Amino acid sequence: MMIMSGRDSTLFTLNKTATILWQSADGETPLEEIVSRKICSEFDVDPKEALRDAESLARELAAHEILQVSETPILQSHSGADKSK
Amino acid sequence: MTEVVPFSLVIDIGGVPVRVNTTDAAFVGILQDRYAGFIGRSDRPEIVFDIEITSSHLANPDDDVRVTQQQGRWTLQRGDFRAEWEPAKRRGWIRQTANPYSIDAVFRIVHTLVLAKQGGFLLHSASAIRNGRAFLFAGVSEAGKTTISRLAPPDVTLLTDEISYVRQQNEGYVAYGTPFTGELAKLGENVSASVSVLYLLSKGPENRIEPVEPADAARSLLANLLFFAEDEELVQATFHSAFEFVSRVPVRRLTFFPDSRVWELIG
Repeated sequence: MMIMSGRDSTLFTLNKTATILWQSADGETPLEEIVSRKICSEFDVDPKEALRDAESLARELAAHEILQVSETPILQSHSGADKSK
Repeated sequence: MTEVVPFSLVIDIGGVPVRVNTTDAAFVGILQDRYAGFIGRSDRPEIVFDIEITSSHLANPDDDVRVTQQQGRWTLQRGDFRAEWEPAKRRGWIRQTANPYSIDAVFRIVHTLVLAKQGGFLLHSASAIRNGRAFLFAGVSEAGKTTISRLAPPDVTLLTDEISYVRQQNEGYVAYGTPFTGELAKLGENVSASVSVLYLLSKGPENRIEPVEPADAARSLLANLLFFAEDEELVQATFHSAFEFVSRVPVRRLTFFPDSRVWELIG
């Protein structure tokens, strides 16, 4: 999957796990839960390393305003396009 | 009544001169900076865009890109711009705020449409020329497109670290430099060369090059193609272009340790 920043048109070509993370970021489910339920259960990866990689991806996408990282759930009414940690 | 004479600039990417007209002098300055090295002089541009600069956002800034065609007129829109383009008339317009990113997105979209008709494509990849031959480096984000661009020795001409411009020519393909930059934030050189190899990148503990099965090659190429239009005919054409490309150009997997020695394997 390829996604493009609406701010500066930077492109991201996502691998399988990054695609799962992107598609699962619904503004409500914590990143730890997404990694645990959808990455670690599907792939033979170290949970800590998987979470580290996921946090790194989330930070990078957030830097390009593609995704919003938040410690609390993001209400869908705020913006349908937002994705949350 | 005196007609306002617009400022005008020709931006030539991939051998396709595009003239942009605007009444906003400051915006011309933005474009001259953004596309330095790609400013052309053509009196016969293939496309002319009239730019309307607005002071406020057009719609929801988060709106996704949408590219549709109706009766020969393309409509391109995203939260930060709206544009129309009629290829038969070679004319169009773009409405946006005075920023370099919106028009950059329009250019990317328009060039994918131009190339789709001609058997070419834009590819999310770095590319460079060495010894007169062009090499493409594709891969998922963090695979090493920026890294391999940064490690290029002085005899390598960087075409782009972000988006490669690939045009079918005779029995092969030619890669052109582009101003579409990635993390390196360095414009490519406005030159071109025949494509010799497409490398699928990944980082690893040592440098090695391996063959890639045709099906894998096609899948990987398709995963990195830029295409935005909701248009069945052009989607099919782009699929066809991808399969043609991998049948004519060698595709290899390049695993590399991120230091300059990787370039000993290339060219």
